[in-house]
Amino acid sequence: MTVGVEWYLTLAAALFTIGAVGLLVRRNVLVMFMCVELMLNAVNLTFVSFARDLNDIGGQALVFFVMVVAAAEVVVGLGVIVAIFRRRAGATADDLHVLKG
Amino acid sequence: MLDAAVLIPLFPLAGFATLLVFGRRLGDPLAGWVATAAMGGAFISACVTFAGLLEVEGHDRHDVQTLFTWIHTGPLDVDASLLVDPLSITMALFVTGVGALIHLYSVGYMHGDPRYSKFFVYLNLFAFSMLILVLGSNMLVSFLGWEGVGACSYLLISFWFERKTAATAGKKAFVTNRIGDVGFLLAMFLVFQTVGSLDFADLNEASLAAGTATAIALLLFLGACGKSAQLPLYVWLPDAMEGPTPVSALIHAATMVTAGVYLMARTAPVLAQAPDAATVVAVVGALTALVAATIACAQNDIKKVLAYSTISQLGFMFLAVGSGAYVAAIFHMVTHAFFKALLFLGAGSVIHGLHHEQDMKRMGGLRKFMPVTAATFIVGWLAIAGIPPFAGFWSKDDILLAAFHKSPVLWAIGIVAALLTAYYMTRQVILVFFGDERWRNAPHGDHVEDAEEAQHAADEIARGAQEPHESPWVMTAPLVVLAALAAIGGGLNLPFGHQFEVLHNFLHPVFGEALVDNDSSGVLILTLAVLAVAGAVGGLLAARGSWWTSADRPSLEPRILQRAYAADEIVDAVVVRPGRAVADAAAMVDSRAIDGAVDGVAALAQASGQRLRVAQTGYVRNYALLIAAGTAATLAWVVFRTIG
Amino acid sequence: MEPTLALAATKVDALTFVLSAVIILSGALGVVLARNPVHAALMLVQTLFGVAVAFVAQGAHFLAAVQVIVYAGAIVVLFLFVIMLLGVDSEESIEAEPLRNQRPLAVILGLIALAELLLLGRQDWATGAPSVVAPLTGPAANIEQLARVLFTRYLFAFEATSVLLVIAVVAAVSLARRASAEPDLDADIIESSAAEDAANLEAAVTERQGREPEVTEQQGREGEVAAVGVGRGLANGGEPPPPAPEAPPAPEAPAGGIEK
Repeated sequence: MTVGVEWYLTLAAALFTIGAVGLLVRRNVLVMFMCVELMLNAVNLTFVSFARDLNDIGGQALVFFVMVVAAAEVVVGLGVIVAIFRRRAGATADDLHVLKG
Repeated sequence: MLDAAVLIPLFPLAGFATLLVFGRRLGDPLAGWVATAAMGGAFISACVTFAGLLEVEGHDRHDVQTLFTWIHTGPLDVDASLLVDPLSITMALFVTGVGALIHLYSVGYMHGDPRYSKFFVYLNLFAFSMLILVLGSNMLVSFLGWEGVGACSYLLISFWFERKTAATAGKKAFVTNRIGDVGFLLAMFLVFQTVGSLDFADLNEASLAAGTATAIALLLFLGACGKSAQLPLYVWLPDAMEGPTPVSALIHAATMVTAGVYLMARTAPVLAQAPDAATVVAVVGALTALVAATIACAQNDIKKVLAYSTISQLGFMFLAVGSGAYVAAIFHMVTHAFFKALLFLGAGSVIHGLHHEQDMKRMGGLRKFMPVTAATFIVGWLAIAGIPPFAGFWSKDDILLAAFHKSPVLWAIGIVAALLTAYYMTRQVILVFFGDERWRNAPHGDHVEDAEEAQHAADEIARGAQEPHESPWVMTAPLVVLAALAAIGGGLNLPFGHQFEVLHNFLHPVFGEALVDNDSSGVLILTLAVLAVAGAVGGLLAARGSWWTSADRPSLEPRILQRAYAADEIVDAVVVRPGRAVADAAAMVDSRAIDGAVDGVAALAQASGQRLRVAQTGYVRNYALLIAAGTAATLAWVVFRTIG
Repeated sequence: MEPTLALAATKVDALTFVLSAVIILSGALGVVLARNPVHAALMLVQTLFGVAVAFVAQGAHFLAAVQVIVYAGAIVVLFLFVIMLLGVDSEESIEAEPLRNQRPLAVILGLIALAELLLLGRQDWATGAPSVVAPLTGPAANIEQLARVLFTRYLFAFEATSVLLVIAVVAAVSLARRASAEPDLDADIIESSAAEDAANLEAAVTERQGREPEVTEQQGREGEVAAVGVGRGLANGGEPPPPAPEAPPAPEAPAGGIEK
């Protein structure tokens, strides 16, 4: 049987869900960040699948840009995490609840 | 010469403005002379205008002088214009004439009052308003005057407002008048709707449906009841005696209270098209005359007797209006102005002479000490009692004749009222001017009207001069003039033939067909006249027999009459208490419901805020969960849209 | 021959897909479930490799290379640097979950979202218009196709992303800087005001003390802990707190001029 595009799409959806659930469940800030990377990768996979399905290079170009932005995001995000951890070591996502209303 | 008409109200207006600005500076007595001069000027202007009117032919005596366009919007076209015709000039003449005499009297009466000039400011303003009322050519201008006299009445009744009773009396008069004013306003609306114009000329020429005419007439009569103190809106007039006596004389005897009669006379053609309304007017007038006369029989305050007497005489005038005898009503209005003003001013002179004693049971034998007052008062008494040849006899007789033609029952009520009139007035004269000098034993009058008078009285006691004294010439001169007028005033309309019926001939063109001209035989007239005189003499003798010897007759002064049938208490229970309950309920609705709603909204906002706060945990992961939930919901919606 | 080759090709495709799927999903689950963050990072690498394989199978050769080099090679290494640097490698307790219902709800919502995505995925979303931007398959290699599009049609976006990268670097540097980079003002003040009387000195100290909160915020610290107190302690660098001001505040000019 031919591997249709929907197989890859299903895979990407599953990957995205796992990343989302991981983000909600984990407390360690760095692991949460990694889950975000998972979600980004799922999106990349979707774009590439569609690029092949539609015979369009545009999807791959977009993936290129997603990767660039993801890299920049990781850089800044880790800088923020470093800044947080300066103040108190071993902080988790739950320790930042200043926004409590 | 007719152009002088605009000066008639202008003189008192100028007096008002002058005294408003310079009154305090002019002081006592110059301010009073200025006001009297203004009234004198108005009277002369009225005479000039009257002469001008006489030059015109009988049926053309109808001149409208437009001063300026007042309201001009859409279908409503109202000009500030004056109407000069026999009726209005008659009213203007006696208003300015009697008014000038009372102004003169007040110069002496109000001497020493701390707010002397303010009094004359109000008096001139009142005169202006009254003249606007009678000279107005359309309902709106007259209504302006109508409201003006109401306001001035309030100001003058509560002139000594430091006294709580006076302040309350002023409020009572104003509020009761207001009820009548609603009638006038509604009548104006109805007139505008049916006739399309507020001019009296247009109204009187329009032919109205019976129902509309009845409605307009009854609404106008409601206004007249309020202003002219008829049943049941009369309760303010006895209380209005709290004001200074010149006020009672001018406003509540001669002029303002006649405004209602004037209004009904002015709109006579409307009443003529509504015979049911005319009957109502006549019946109410007759009943008022009777009821007020009974109450007057048991009053001890000298001014209260005259107040109820005024109500009673006004009832006679309305009886005449209802019977279609407008000339008789106006005739009685004029003669009543003469003798009632005379009686009030005389009473004021007595009060002044006795240092503000108003209880008749503490007077007596005053004719020796106040001869001029006594003589003039006696003339007034004979006039009001209906003793020929004084003025009251002729005018009252005309009314009774007309009433007889309307309905003998009304005539009978009128005769009884006339009898009672003679009775209580005789009682008053005897108690005040004849008999024992009860004022020697009585303690000083507690009816002190201001501090200066009290000091004056105390000084007099100290000097031993306790005896009452005659009033100064400024006060007695008007009395004499009015007495002369009360004596010969009957000559205006003698029923001895066409050329003697001066007033009738003069006013006839104004009323036209509305005037009911009963062709009465001379025998009938004579019979009724004799009966009237008999009734008057009978009442006089009855009073003389009862009161000549003793001033203490409780059997003749039943409690119910003394308390005026508890009218005030009834009004309080029926109107005031429920009204206050409604107001309290409304206040509670406001504070509980409306304020509660507003506060409730705030409380609701706060409570919901407290509840919704729970969602703001501050944990990023919770927020992320909510985002995920939102995403799932959005996707679900998209799924249902595409698949479902 | 053709059908067999085609069939063989298809079989290879299917096998590739299954393998990459297994690698990806197991790696993802590993990331989510690993207690040790270092283990999670390594599982992330596994996932990224799986995705690279999937890219190759889809004909995105260049992207596969970039994936390995940038994502697995740089980003995950960066993660590991931070983990090692900050010592976050301690295990967090997986069992306890301080927020109520967070886990069950998260799983349920995830499954719901997944179901919806799958349902939606079955629809015909794509317009079917092929090669809107540029054809994928062509005579040139994939990288050339991609480059052609990037440098002509998406040139502006390309330049913008390069600027973005610069900004990110600057942000990271400024975020991660130590606080004690500001000059030591105390010595300057004492030296320059040696001729002036003691009152100005006290006033200047008071002025600086009043300015503490603003100085701390310029460092970009989180305000969650009492920033003022800690900041003051950190900024002073162990200096004893200034004496309580007795004199009224002196005119602004001297202290303000020196501060800036």
